[in-house]
Amino acid sequence: MYDVAIIGCGVIGAATAYELSRYNLRVVILEKENDVAMGTSRANSAIVHAGYDAQAGTLMARLNVEGNAMAGPLCEELDVPFKRIGSIVAAFDDFDEGVVQKLYERGMANGVPDLRIISAEETKALEPNIADNVRCSLYAPTAGVICPWEYTLAFAEVAVKNGAELKRKCEVTAIEKTEEGFCLSTNQGEICAKYVVNAAGVYSDKIHDMVLPHAFDLIPVSGQYDLLDKSEGSRCNTVVFQCPGLEGKGVLVSPTVHGNLIVGPSAEEVDRDDTATTAEVLTMVRNRAKRAVPSVDLRQCIRNFAGVRANSAVDDFLISRTENFVDLAGIKSPGLTAAPAIAKHAVELLKEAGIDLEEKENWDGKRVRIKFNEMNEEQRRALIEENPAYGRIICRCNTVTEGEILDCLHTPIPPVSVDGVKRRTGTGMGRCQGGFCGPRIVDILAREWGVSPVEIPQDRDEAYILTHETKMGN
Amino acid sequence: MKNCYDLIVIGGGPAGLAAALSAYENGLTDILILERDQVPGGILNQCIHNGFGLHHFKEELTGPEYAGRFIDQLEGTSIELLCDCMVLEITDEKVIHAVSPKTGYLALEAKSIVLAMGCRERTRGAISIPGTRPAGVLTAGAAQRYVNIEGYMVGKKVVILGSGDIGLIMARRMTLEGAKVLACVEVMPYSGGLTRNIVQCLNDFDIPLYLSHTITEIRGKNRVEGVTVSQVDANRQPIPGTEIEFDCDTVLLSVGLIPENELSRQAGVPLDFRTNGPKVDENLQTEIEGIFACGNVLHVHDLVDYVSDESARAGKAAAAYVKGETAVGDYWNITAGDNLGYTVPQRVHRAADGVQIFFRVRRIFANSVIEVTCGDQLLAKFRREHMAPGEMERINIPKALLAKADGDITVTAKEA
Repeated sequence: MYDVAIIGCGVIGAATAYELSRYNLRVVILEKENDVAMGTSRANSAIVHAGYDAQAGTLMARLNVEGNAMAGPLCEELDVPFKRIGSIVAAFDDFDEGVVQKLYERGMANGVPDLRIISAEETKALEPNIADNVRCSLYAPTAGVICPWEYTLAFAEVAVKNGAELKRKCEVTAIEKTEEGFCLSTNQGEICAKYVVNAAGVYSDKIHDMVLPHAFDLIPVSGQYDLLDKSEGSRCNTVVFQCPGLEGKGVLVSPTVHGNLIVGPSAEEVDRDDTATTAEVLTMVRNRAKRAVPSVDLRQCIRNFAGVRANSAVDDFLISRTENFVDLAGIKSPGLTAAPAIAKHAVELLKEAGIDLEEKENWDGKRVRIKFNEMNEEQRRALIEENPAYGRIICRCNTVTEGEILDCLHTPIPPVSVDGVKRRTGTGMGRCQGGFCGPRIVDILAREWGVSPVEIPQDRDEAYILTHETKMGN
Repeated sequence: MKNCYDLIVIGGGPAGLAAALSAYENGLTDILILERDQVPGGILNQCIHNGFGLHHFKEELTGPEYAGRFIDQLEGTSIELLCDCMVLEITDEKVIHAVSPKTGYLALEAKSIVLAMGCRERTRGAISIPGTRPAGVLTAGAAQRYVNIEGYMVGKKVVILGSGDIGLIMARRMTLEGAKVLACVEVMPYSGGLTRNIVQCLNDFDIPLYLSHTITEIRGKNRVEGVTVSQVDANRQPIPGTEIEFDCDTVLLSVGLIPENELSRQAGVPLDFRTNGPKVDENLQTEIEGIFACGNVLHVHDLVDYVSDESARAGKAAAAYVKGETAVGDYWNITAGDNLGYTVPQRVHRAADGVQIFFRVRRIFANSVIEVTCGDQLLAKFRREHMAPGEMERINIPKALLAKADGDITVTAKEA
């Protein structure tokens, strides 16, 4: 019998597990995929929003601003890439100027620090590549860029290190209320817990309906993006938003925390698993991006992707508690930003429900990972001397060493696929998109795991890379 | 290991090997080759098909055999070869920062440098093929490595996008290994590869080539399940109603090669946006003195034989530079005129002993003429029966004709 079962290990489930791992509780996280951060958490704008978008007075507004403030110290402690580069919302006409004013007022009401409206000149000084017809912009220095999957992974790793259990490939199919709590039917058998936290992302409506009467509808909305090479990474200095319209926050152009440039997203209602991209939508995204940053060189695109957000008709997250069941549903943007604050809020809700929160004496919230490409010459010398595997570069584009790949195989949540290694080390994320390092990573994984290369998947278990051995000249 | 060399060659593929050997033959003894792979030879090691060396050795060799001829020549020379070594940075002071498990961190000074890092393949992201993102979409070169080096097949039913040479070679290779290659799809109205590869790799195996077509959708949740191929118009836009569906588990991409000049850029070497390689003079010297470039890092070649020849010239020039014998003085710019995609070199010293100019045409030509002009003056004229973008052209302008130039030089192509 677990104390808490968390359904879903995206950033919300992982952050909740992280918070709960501070206490003497038996926590289990049930993730239907073979890794964490496999849904919305791995395919989004990767922005830590300042907090002026949400309607004043909503839970979303509060958790956004709180989550933003938490990101700095957390990323320090968890060794997660995060840069507080600030954001602007640029206005190009009368209508936009009105929007900027409204956002400013809303931001002030929400308690966003250091928010101000800056002139066209100041905007151009901040963003030399912004379109000439910029009128003014809303400047939010507290906005930032983050690595969303490493944020998720870091939360989950610390939770697991501190005793939480992660069950991967564990899909919840039914939930039954029992005397002591809940009994969850899964493909890995029955799992019982006193409390259940629903963090199932675009499936959180389905999970809700397993326990409670139907209460909300999710509207899965796809966002398509272009990711550009690092050669375009300095095209912008801040996150450049356009004024939000009917399509959500609109198309942004932003450096990523890894030094690339991201352009997107779009917003189309789709089926909840539909992460396909289309030519029409990407063309639209590119045209919109060029409106704000005309000089962006879209030929430097290295990848297109789409992520699905768990939108709803409500202007807030769908967070609520019914007895021992907590819904963390409808976590649309700025869910990534709000995640750590949502987790703290979830713990409060569980406390209301009567959970016993006794802090662990030996809780260890620290996480570190060796990142060769961020080291200086002296550190690199010392590292290779200590272990020559750090002297073998496997991913040329992002300068990732064999040593780092071996490291990630021995973390609390080791990868089970080539893309699992990618999310943990940055391999294959560069301009060659794994063309060079892919075969070498397959080779390393097969060697380390003692299996045939044919057994190594790209991502999900069914995503096989190799089919069979060649004829070997026979 | 010492930390200062007369010449450091970055890359131990065909370009780097030929450059190092030539520098040695021309009097340098203090030479180091840095190779990132475990063994020298570069991409030739996975090119196990034949057809290499017809020009250079007057016989047909496989890729590994061709590389082997050069690797064998290292024996008995003082050229040092360090494999499993990745160069991280080249400074404008010609200090090379590199790492290797064997030697640890290296900071090496070089009197001269030859850039021979080769090229990489364009990926799916670079051409934005719409659809899902399943496993089974690979560049042809990555597939070639899996099949020929690692010994594993990458799929059973294959559609190839792009008719570059590696794609054509892999069409045959996959077929010989028992896979069914359903189609080779090329967005242009002509193939990007060598004619002999169209004949030997597609026609001989009855693999259809769809010219003026492209993949407009990839399907499959985890692994490729199929693709849609559409005909394109003159602007390369898909024409609705022309869709053909293929059930396949694999898509191989052969959609262009990009010289790998991240290190060059770091060192401040000016690049030519047309070649994506450094701008060089007739000695393959970049605009930074003492830094030379050759092979696919300079411009994408069609035949390795020409890489070897070009690289030998770079090695010789590096030796001359170290000995203080490099050509100096004024130069003329060489410009790609009508119907040319680029020229290499991009400039030539006025006092040069002639110049060999490489270029590619932008479209297919039948009976045609290449003209080298300087203002209104025609310096030289060359006839060709056939020219295609997939094939690299080269012309030699001897010293006597070059001496007639009194300004920048333009090369053009037109129908005869």
